Amino acid sequence: MPLIGVPHKRVEDPRLITGRGRYTDDVRLPGMLHAAILRSPRAHARIEAIDVAAARSAAGVVAVYTGRDIAGKVGPIPTAWLPPDSDIKATAHPALATDTVRYAGDGVALVVAESAAAARDALDLIRVSYEPLPAVVEQADAMREGAPLVHADAPGNIAFHWKAGQVSDAVFSGAEVVVRHTFRQQRLIPNPMEPRAAVAQYDRATGDLTLWATSQNPHIHRVLLSGVLGIPEHRLRVVSVDVGGGFGAKIACYPDEALTAFAAMSLGRPVKWTETRTEHFLATTHGRDMVIDVELAGRREGTLEAIRVRNIANMGAYLSTAAPGVPTILFGLIVTGAYTFEHAAVDVYGIFTNTTPTDAYRGAGRPEATYLVERMVDLFAREIGMDPIEVRRKNLVRPEAFPYPSALGLSYDSGNYQRALEQALATVDYLGLRREQAALRGHGRYIGIGCSSYVEISGLGPSEVAGAVGFQGGLWESANIRVHPSGKVTVFTGGSPHGQGEETTFAQIVADRFGIPIADVEVVHGDTARIAMGWGTYGSRTTAVGGSAIAVAADRVIDKGRKIAAHMLEAAEDDVEFAQGTYQVRGAPERSETFQAVTLQAYLAWNLPEGLEPSLEAAAYYNPSNFTFPFGTHVAVVEVDPETGDVKLLRYVAVDDCGTVINPMIAEGQVHGGIVQGIGQALWEGAIYSAEGQLLTGSLLDYPMPKARFFPTFETAFTETPAPHNPLGAKGIGETGTIAATPAIINAVVDALQPFGVGDLAMPLWPERVLQAIEAGRDGR
Amino acid sequence: MEPQDRVRVQLTVNGSEVSRLVEARRTLADFLRDDLGLRGTHTGCEQGVCGACTVLVDGVAMRSCLTFAAQLDGAAVQTVEGLAGDGDLTPLQEAFRRRHALQCGYCTPGFLMTATEFLRENPSPSEQEIRTALSGQICRCTGYENIVQAVREAAGTLQADQRRQA
Repeated sequence: MPLIGVPHKRVEDPRLITGRGRYTDDVRLPGMLHAAILRSPRAHARIEAIDVAAARSAAGVVAVYTGRDIAGKVGPIPTAWLPPDSDIKATAHPALATDTVRYAGDGVALVVAESAAAARDALDLIRVSYEPLPAVVEQADAMREGAPLVHADAPGNIAFHWKAGQVSDAVFSGAEVVVRHTFRQQRLIPNPMEPRAAVAQYDRATGDLTLWATSQNPHIHRVLLSGVLGIPEHRLRVVSVDVGGGFGAKIACYPDEALTAFAAMSLGRPVKWTETRTEHFLATTHGRDMVIDVELAGRREGTLEAIRVRNIANMGAYLSTAAPGVPTILFGLIVTGAYTFEHAAVDVYGIFTNTTPTDAYRGAGRPEATYLVERMVDLFAREIGMDPIEVRRKNLVRPEAFPYPSALGLSYDSGNYQRALEQALATVDYLGLRREQAALRGHGRYIGIGCSSYVEISGLGPSEVAGAVGFQGGLWESANIRVHPSGKVTVFTGGSPHGQGEETTFAQIVADRFGIPIADVEVVHGDTARIAMGWGTYGSRTTAVGGSAIAVAADRVIDKGRKIAAHMLEAAEDDVEFAQGTYQVRGAPERSETFQAVTLQAYLAWNLPEGLEPSLEAAAYYNPSNFTFPFGTHVAVVEVDPETGDVKLLRYVAVDDCGTVINPMIAEGQVHGGIVQGIGQALWEGAIYSAEGQLLTGSLLDYPMPKARFFPTFETAFTETPAPHNPLGAKGIGETGTIAATPAIINAVVDALQPFGVGDLAMPLWPERVLQAIEAGRDGR
Repeated sequence: MEPQDRVRVQLTVNGSEVSRLVEARRTLADFLRDDLGLRGTHTGCEQGVCGACTVLVDGVAMRSCLTFAAQLDGAAVQTVEGLAGDGDLTPLQEAFRRRHALQCGYCTPGFLMTATEFLRENPSPSEQEIRTALSGQICRCTGYENIVQAVREAAGTLQADQRRQA
């Protein structure tokens, strides 16, 4: 029975719905100590003195360390994405500040105690004298002449300057229509529900360090931490089995995990550190925070010709692990969206400020790019007096154009953008809605329809490209499939799912290929001791790249089994077919051997073909030949109350194409979650700093997260245009919702407020902002 | 009161009698996780907003991160481990699995406990009532859609709707 495309229930669920998950904070070890980290309350200050005497002598405290105490023992945390030709100032982040704190939340001291409560109590006993320094929070202010410098060796606070593509001025000066606009991508807090945590255990006899950590990519953390801590890589084991969501925030390598490991090594006892939610707000990476200027040139009849983008990205006080890749490659290369722009150019500045470092947050660069192009298409449509849907119809890449070479050098793999658009419009009854909108306006009610036709870069990615764009790693993925003598199977994957359900989808891929029950397949992930190598889960790469590795390895197992089966059946290898778990001589169904019988023979090795080694196991290291390009169209229908500024979501339709869908139930769940995160940015979420660099939205009470009651039932569907270049045809579905939803909502609200002359709105759409825009629009009329 | 002051509490947790000397400031969440080893109860914000730590105290949903263990002398506490015990999953747990109402699973115990109380109070809720009842819980993964559908299904309202439409 085929298992691809089947909504199989998740194998992860039984443990998670009964409270038997194994999250990092659940680890309890004998003699375990607890760590807490003192964080700077100031955004920018010189440390004059730190007095830890009282903390050291407090009840239950075992050790207190300052930056000076760890000098030479815990190195600074490096940046692992260095875009070439960008004059990057990759200022490494000291694990504890010694001379200068550069953001509120920067670590200053580490306390280790017999209990978590004792460790936190002792933080209050540490006296730090700070000499305040002027702080800079906004990127525009940081670039001004005479602005305080976050790092002395980064003049103008410029961390890097990166460019791609070229558009001559003549294209714009000669254009029929030019639309210019500035968009603000507000700063967001990732907020996975599981805070970051680490537990470290050091074996002084062997020199082995085991680190349980909330990681999206344990092997990357292993290699980076091995350098930071000076531990040989083969002595460090990173374990991340159940991880409670990441959304990009658990990609980065942080000081805290390194400090926890250091404490375990120096004290010879296991140490645990778990961040509080407030620490998550202050000391875990943030997302977005870009100011984006766009110029778009087109023709009056609706053709889009050129786009020029300048992005000023707020990187925070240090360049986090993957951060420089976000506003450059992951943003810059996709600003043309799903449209046939002939010319495109991108100019990106990464700017240091006295704020928490930013890094990947669900979508990482692609939501920001999609937002600008989808908003610009609507602004252009309004400028030329055309329905925004017609502009999309006119300019979307056509199905026969694939592989489509984009103006910025990408090769979009496959697609039928029109089909997704038309299906979404049909589902929502676009023309009917337009009539309803007109009728309701007559009664003083304002509904709006917003569309977003996105394409994203995912399935990261060809390793050669990773190298060319400065990612300090490969982006292939590993799989090892071990068939045990009884025919049960263990799959080891280098992907590191943390909610995305690949224990199930990967079991489906293997069970489907082997013709065995899913229950016979176990998927192992998130443990560097059990998995040879892996690059982890981010960029919607796990199924497209990690799943492809599994498919290749599975086929290798089947091929070896075929050799054994042919020998057992006394047939030529070419005459043996494998289907539904059985090797069979072509045209002779009575001459067959089951997968299990062949497996057993592989292990018994009593009767193997000449020269064939025993055992049945195969590895694959799959290096994709291209990115994948999921796409689709989302349509939002909203009603805005012009008296209160309240935005109500009436309908939300999503048609996504992530290539071949392995498990539609899981894929749909990814879309749902992504949509809500995208809507969260549009309507509620936003981190706010005071001018002095204090995070004013530093808790879940101050930072509004999406809640169940704000949403209607989503209407989701898939079209399937397989990726032509990987064995599964899968493209990735983890980020599409977040990428598509934000502009769909803003387009809908702006559409609703067209009668008031509102042309744009600043996110998030808090009611007072909507009201201000209505007032401003009225005044402008 | 000094933090090391200890208080004797006797209570029932998932049907078993428990008697412990606890720090007066020990939260119910820490008590369950560290003293009793019931690690299915998760803390997400330590200030009562996210709802991940929700347990039932005498049948009422409470934030275990904001409740002191010392307050619970004589109380009956139920955690996610107590829903199915060692036996079959409850209809709500079954519905969570069937409807894919969890992804990373970290917030799930809190949702299960909240919905368990809610369905006891309101056995045939409307979708909007479910959404409102769940709005004290934060999930970052699922977009809530499948959680709402799972609660509907558990309530039997989904089946009733389907029967009406058929």
